[in-house]
Amino acid sequence: MADTLLSITGLTKAYPGVVANDDVSFDIRTGEIHALLGENGAGKSTLVKMIYGLVAPDRGSMRIDGAAFAPGSPSEARQSGVAMVFQHFSLFDALDVAENVSLGMDDPPKPGALAARIRDVSEAYGLPLDPHRLVGTLSAGERQRVEIIRCLLQDPRLLIMDEPTSVLTPQEVEILFETLRKLKTEGTAILYISHKLEEIRTLCDHATILRRGKKVATCTPAEETARKLAEMMVGSSFATPVAQSRTRGDVLLEIRSLSLPAPDAFSTPLRDVSFAVAAGEVLGIGGVAGNGQDELLAALSGERIAPAGTVALKGKDIARLGPVARRDAGLLSGPEERLGHAAAPNMSLIENGVLTAARRENLVSRGFIGWGDARRFAERVIDAFDVRTPGPGVAARALSGGNLQKFVVGREILQRPDVLVLNQPTWGVDAAAAAAIRQAILDLAAKGAAIVVISQDLDELMEISDRFAALNEGRLSAARPVAELDMEKIGLMMGGAHDMEVAHDVH
Amino acid sequence: MDLGSISVVLLVASIMVSATPILLAAIGEMVVEKAGVLNLGVEGMMITGAVVGFAFAVNSGSPMFGFVAAALAGALLSSAFALLTQFLLSNQVATGLGLTLVGLGLSSLIGKPYEGIKSPTLPKLDIPILSDLPVVGRMLFSHDIMVYLSLLLVVCVWAFLKYTRAGLILRAVGESHDSAHALGYRVVRVRFLAILFGGACAGLGGAYLSLVRVPQWTEGMTAGAGWIALAIVVFASWRAGRILVGAYLFGGVTVLQLNLQAAGANVPVALLSASPYLITILVLIVISARGAHGAPASLARPFHASS
Repeated sequence: MADTLLSITGLTKAYPGVVANDDVSFDIRTGEIHALLGENGAGKSTLVKMIYGLVAPDRGSMRIDGAAFAPGSPSEARQSGVAMVFQHFSLFDALDVAENVSLGMDDPPKPGALAARIRDVSEAYGLPLDPHRLVGTLSAGERQRVEIIRCLLQDPRLLIMDEPTSVLTPQEVEILFETLRKLKTEGTAILYISHKLEEIRTLCDHATILRRGKKVATCTPAEETARKLAEMMVGSSFATPVAQSRTRGDVLLEIRSLSLPAPDAFSTPLRDVSFAVAAGEVLGIGGVAGNGQDELLAALSGERIAPAGTVALKGKDIARLGPVARRDAGLLSGPEERLGHAAAPNMSLIENGVLTAARRENLVSRGFIGWGDARRFAERVIDAFDVRTPGPGVAARALSGGNLQKFVVGREILQRPDVLVLNQPTWGVDAAAAAAIRQAILDLAAKGAAIVVISQDLDELMEISDRFAALNEGRLSAARPVAELDMEKIGLMMGGAHDMEVAHDVH
Repeated sequence: MDLGSISVVLLVASIMVSATPILLAAIGEMVVEKAGVLNLGVEGMMITGAVVGFAFAVNSGSPMFGFVAAALAGALLSSAFALLTQFLLSNQVATGLGLTLVGLGLSSLIGKPYEGIKSPTLPKLDIPILSDLPVVGRMLFSHDIMVYLSLLLVVCVWAFLKYTRAGLILRAVGESHDSAHALGYRVVRVRFLAILFGGACAGLGGAYLSLVRVPQWTEGMTAGAGWIALAIVVFASWRAGRILVGAYLFGGVTVLQLNLQAAGANVPVALLSASPYLITILVLIVISARGAHGAPASLARPFHASS
């Protein structure tokens, strides 16, 4: 068990303006689950791309079983026994499962034989899959199974998994962990990338922590606290958001039996969604990606007009109003996608401020933009939310994810909304910025706003919401107080493990 | 109007001839689009193929040689498009439109000395037994070789995309170039080859116009056939079998309206001449109104292996 499978020495990779990996060295042993920890931009992705042959290192070397290993392409890496499950799945929606699996193999068997092997392997590891389903019709958990099976069919010695649990329900995570432990007992080494610390503490034997491209430490995660791991990742301690006591006021936003058809083939319809949020309250809406989150945000923000009588703000029906009218009425929103949806990438922060705040902040008079006021508004957001930028004239795309997210959330909060709807407010944001954004949400609620946070990060929802509801295939569960919930109950609200046991009995 | 003057046998036979150029260009463009590239330069590549094929056939006396030269010319022109869009990441729509303009200008320059000349044309194949069959023989089995080659090409493209690994990789590249790249496939190389194939097919289609269908060279003789081919790819939902249906439908309407004109139909000539285009537009509207119909997901999106 103790022999080294992959040994990495002094790997360095620089891109123009940034050193992605700086002299990184560590070893992965046969049959261990090794975590690679770090914040966004710490260099985890670049490192695994070098191991998988997608990127060539500038300096440094790798050895597998003592033999030099310098893959020039993923195909060479696969021949050396390295397989990878991607974070943003490397799948093709319009192709079926067998075709997808075949594309990830260098020497695929005949289609008939391949389908049979997919069935065998998927049964053996408890990951049932129908080889002839179109991948576009699968749930996120099932899509991940396609990726895993594609790797397993090649008998890998090292399996790289890039943030595998971010799209899974807690029950699906358990099943995945079972599979990984089984692989481990069979002698497969697993390089497990994540920033979910509790997961790593329960699953992984060792952890290597990266910060700004450099290795900070290799440790045994079970012996460290999650707090300690987080501080090693960030490099300093940071404040945990604190909720002030809040009083629950009148219901500000009420949704009654809202149904909307799916706008296109790969979207989810909203089915009979009802909820109410009161002043001073944070409602957390969880669920696996693709279960109607984007569609719900669009229906609340006014991007999609809803049937009359389904959306009421302070008792008034606003269902037929568009985004501008809803903003005027006091309902503001921040969508998930920072670049392209919440902010226009090539426009400056000043211009992006005008885009949503023009009317509430009186930045426009008689059709002309008051640039002085606009600049002051952007500067206020930058000051209040500690947005790190050379100035308000900088293009939105030049900001890091965390800083731009602080800007787009802050831009809404400074407009003093009565109701604020946010989708994935801290997605892809470093821990310190995420904590700041959560604190701002809590502070806004304390001032008497009603807030809806849609997120796939359950820990975040548990931390900031008063009540929790889950979206599953466009249906919203009844909202329940967070204090009454545990992970198992939440998982069941989110739809449990999608068809896992059922499919297992078929063959 | 004298509908009796329209002979069904001749009508079907001429539909096959009139549909072949569009069929060739459309099947090539379908492969290009399946790889995720939108090349709007089909018209330009067709007319370049038409003039180059004509020139080589006249000078060599061999129409087959003309076809080969036309395919090479189409591929050569498309390689400029491939270079610009795949390596220099220029906008595909603008580059494709530019290619059409270049092709139209280039062809009239090359074609000036050839105006008014008659080219050697392809002999009709006399397929033994089959062509002697009554009715069907003259309708389907006494055409020139390119008609059959174009049909064979449709079958080959269909089988290539459906059954071969290379075809699967091509579809994968068109579906998600990021995923294909992550798995280690050469996105740019696959697309480059697909664009060359599309160019060659468009060149063949153009040469069929100037060497068989008309057969002589006149400036601007493709008269929008390349645009129709582009429309037919959409009409066909990127499926080879439906490309055949679409091309023959368009060819059919073209021939039918000519026949109606000759038979003295009581409809303005201008309207009859426009009818193939109008019907193409109508069919496209009907198809599009049905919603999603299988466009490759990466169609016309530029790819750069930078992340």
